[in-house]
Parts: sequence; structure tokens; C-alpha cells
Amino acid sequence: MMKIEAIIQPSRFESVKDGLREIGVEGMTVTEARGHGRQKGHTEVYRGREYTVDLLPKIKLEMVLPDALVSRAVDTILKTAKTGKIGDGKIFVSRVEEAIRIRNEERGENAL
Amino acid sequence: MGTILVAAVSLSAQQTPAFPAVPSMTGASFATPETSKAVSEKLAQLDKDVKAAQSAGDNAWMLVSAALVLMMTGPGLALFYGGLVRRKNTLAIMMQSFALMALITVLWALVGYSLCFGGNGPVIGSFEHAFLRGVGAEPNPDYAGTIPQATFMVYQLMFAIITPALITGATAERMKFSGTVLFLTLWCLVVYAPLAHMVWGKGGLLNAAGGRFPCLDFAGGTVVHISSGVSALVCALYLGKRTGYPKQPMPPHSLVLSFIGACLLWVGWFGFNAGSALAASSLATSAFVATHFAAAAAALGWSAAEWLKNGRASALGAISGAVAGLVAITPASGFVGPMPALAIGLIAGVVCYWMVTKVKAIFGYDDALDAFGVHGAGGTIGALLTGVFAQQVINPIFGAGKDVGGLDGHWGQVGNQLVGVLLAWVIALVGTLVLLKIVDLLTGLRVPEEHEIAGLDITQHGEEAYNLEA
Repeated sequence: MMKIEAIIQPSRFESVKDGLREIGVEGMTVTEARGHGRQKGHTEVYRGREYTVDLLPKIKLEMVLPDALVSRAVDTILKTAKTGKIGDGKIFVSRVEEAIRIRNEERGENAL
Repeated sequence: MGTILVAAVSLSAQQTPAFPAVPSMTGASFATPETSKAVSEKLAQLDKDVKAAQSAGDNAWMLVSAALVLMMTGPGLALFYGGLVRRKNTLAIMMQSFALMALITVLWALVGYSLCFGGNGPVIGSFEHAFLRGVGAEPNPDYAGTIPQATFMVYQLMFAIITPALITGATAERMKFSGTVLFLTLWCLVVYAPLAHMVWGKGGLLNAAGGRFPCLDFAGGTVVHISSGVSALVCALYLGKRTGYPKQPMPPHSLVLSFIGACLLWVGWFGFNAGSALAASSLATSAFVATHFAAAAAALGWSAAEWLKNGRASALGAISGAVAGLVAITPASGFVGPMPALAIGLIAGVVCYWMVTKVKAIFGYDDALDAFGVHGAGGTIGALLTGVFAQQVINPIFGAGKDVGGLDGHWGQVGNQLVGVLLAWVIALVGTLVLLKIVDLLTGLRVPEEHEIAGLDITQHGEEAYNLEA
């Protein structure tokens, strides 16, 4: 089991979600996030006072997948989330020790 | 046809007179003592009916105007200011406006109205109308001869409400609720009442009709905007900056609220300025037109200045500009035509932009929502320009054929305006400083720093504007 965390542009979210569903990803957790990497923020001016907004709105997707699905999921995210500009985000992949479904206490990949 | 008419008149003259104008038209034979008595009675009745009709029209407009001016405070100003503060101070600033709607109303009934419009002293009113004694259906010919004095009283009350509410823009996000309401209640008695009486009251020092220095202030450039704007500056200096200002970003939390508020202010201002004609007259129309044109020109002026400086025209800039124009046209609205109104608006829009973006930064005072930059500066510009642009063709206030402002050739009026402006500045400066000292001793003025960080909604009122999980 692997966990994929992807931080993407809000504008790409719908395509990413649809792409993942097409390849059989059945569940995910989505968070509206703020952050920045190399992308610089922008300035806002209110009555002459300038504010630099460097934490930009992003979407964070989290999903835990069976090993067999991981590389296809990563490829799908890469394909659907890319605009080619700075600020497209990142994907983190990590190993997951255990998964437990709370309702019936199923464990492992069955719980996904 | 003529004979039928004559027959009818001769008949009716013996019973109830129905055509009072006819006898004089048809010859002396009808002018018997009975008919002339009947005619004069009928004329008197007609005179009464005409007056009643005019009074009904004027009263309808003045009651609507009073309601419009109240709408400027709540929701207008409350939304405008409410959107400009950070989320944690939204209810606190709105509550300050609302509290004044209640407090000043009670104060007005007890002594406020009387101190502004009672008696005929040069500086302040009297207790003649304390507890609204003698204020009822009968007009007060000193102020508005065609409407019940109670209408005039309640209309003026709405001005007394919004004026102190404007000051809360400078004290926003850091002043205690207790200190705010005590200070602003006292301020209404110590600063507003004498200024209102001097400028508008019978026998007042600055009264345009017969004062020592006849100062033109149609709807409150000195009484409302200079008084509140200058007091706001004193408050900002006395209180000190908000914690974190100017390093920490403090952007408006909802320009949508501010936008709605500013649009309500614009509409309400028609009651404020056109209503100041105190009648549904052509002068009210003139003031209405001037008000609207000045607001539009000022919105364009501010936006253009901003576009040149930042390369963009912001929504906040456009609505701030409109408010600045409305402020500046306030004293001039009943004295100038549409073209001077455009000029006054344009000038106010650009100057107020410069005040809030440049001057505030240079001196470093924290006039949080720019009460001084817009109302103090806009009011001062408007009061002075009134002396330049006022014309007798619009309002022959000094009598038929007498020049009014500089455009008429009476440049001395600019000097009178200057006296009014200076006096308003001095009363606001001194009165506010003394009251702040007193209230500081009684209740304290500023919230503790940890309360300021947590926000005034929670710490002053025990509630939050946005309970998103609820």
C-alpha cells in the first residue's frame, strides 16, 4: 500500500479527479490548502497599502492505493495537473504500514 | 354660457359661495357686503388648502429623507466600515454604529435637539425644547415653515447619529466598547451641538442668514464632516497605532460588504443633501443633481489617480472615491450647479486619494479606515470650494440680487468659509482631546493587547461575526 499526496493548482482539480476516477481510484481526501514553493506570490493594494500574498491557494489530494495502482495514478496526476508553469505543485509517495476500515475492522488492502 | 354662469353665481351668493373668483370678474354689481365676506372666507380657505397641500408634499419628502439618512448609518456605514476591518472586528464596528442609533436618539429627545436648535444664542442652543417640549405638529418657522417641527426634529436627529458614527473609522479595531459609547455620547453634546447651532441654529455665529461670519454649509460640511473627520484624527493620534501596524498586513476582510455599504451611502446621501432643502422644492432637485454628479466625478477621479499609480482601478478605490465626492459636495449641494459639482467631485476624489495613500504614510498615524482622510479632508475641501462655486442663481441665500460665492464675484465668501472651517477644526480638536482625557480616566480607551489580537468581537461582545461551523 502506498500513499500519494499531491498538491496541485485549484484550476486543475476537476481534471485530476476525473482522470483518477477513470483509472479506478475509488476514494480520496481533498483539502483546500495554502502554500508556496518556488512560485512567488502577488501583491494586493488597498488604499495605497501594498500586501504581498505569498501563500497561494492550492488543493491537496491524499489517497492510499494498492501497489498495483500507484504508478498509473502518479502518471495520471502528472498528465492532468500539468500546466507547465511554476506553481503546478508536487507529488509525494510514501509507504503505508496498515489500513483499517473502522466500520468492520477489515485490514490491509481490503480496507482501501 | 355667460348668463348661465352669472345666474349660478347670483344663486350661490345667497347660499354657499361656490365661485369666489367670479364676482370680481363679472363686475361690481356682485360685491355686496355678503358676497365680499363670503369671498374672503373662501380665499382664506383656499389659502389654507394650498398651504396644507404644500405641507403634505414637503412632509412626505422630509420623512423619506429622514429615513434615508438613518439608512446611511445602519446598514450603510456599518457595512462600509464592517467590510474594511479584519474578520475578528466586524461585529464590534457595526455595533458601534448601531449603538449610536439608539443612544443619540435618546439623547436627542432629552436635550440634544434643544441644544442644537433651541433659543437664538450665538454659540449653543438652549433648553427651550428639552424633553421635546413644544415640538409637535406645528411648524417652526425659524427652520422649516411648512413641515411639522417634529419632522424637522427627527430629520436632524439622523444627522446627529451618523456624525459620531463616522469617527469610529479612526478608532476601529482597538477601542473599548464602553469608552467608545461614552466618548461619542459626550462628543455629541460638546462638539456636535455647538457646531450645529453655530452653523444652522437661529442667531448662530456662522449662520448663513444673519450670522457674524455667514458660512455656507448646506448639509453639513463643517457640522458633520470636518467635525467628525478632525476628531477622528485626534482619536487616531491619542489611541496610537493598532498592534502590528504598519508591518502586519491588515487587508479588508470583505470588500463585498463595503461595496454594498458604499452604494447604500450614495443613495442615502440624496436624503442627506436634497433633504436639507427642508422642502420638496426645486432647490431639493438642484441639491440632488449636484450630489449625484459629484459622487460620480469623484469615483472617476480616485480611480484615475489609482490607475495611473498602480496600473489598475480597484473596487475599493472607486467606492472610496464616491464617498469622498459625496462628502465634499455636502456643504455645496444647495448652492452649486451641476458643472461646479463635477469639479468639486473630481478635485475631492484626487485629493482624498492622495490623503489616504501618501499623507497618512508620511505622518504615520493609524487612521484605520480613513475617517480623517475622507471626511476631514473632503469636508474641508468641500467647505472652501463652496465659497468659490456658490451662485445666487441656484440659491439666493443672501437676498435677491446679492452675490453669493466667488463665481458671482463675492470672493469674500471664501474668507467666511475659512472662518467656518477653522472654527470647526478648533472645536473638534479641543473638544475631542478634552473628552478623550476624561473618558480615558473613567473607562479607559484602548483594549489590552491580547484582546486586540483576539479581536473585539469576542472580547468586547462575546460573539463572532462568522460562525462557519455552526
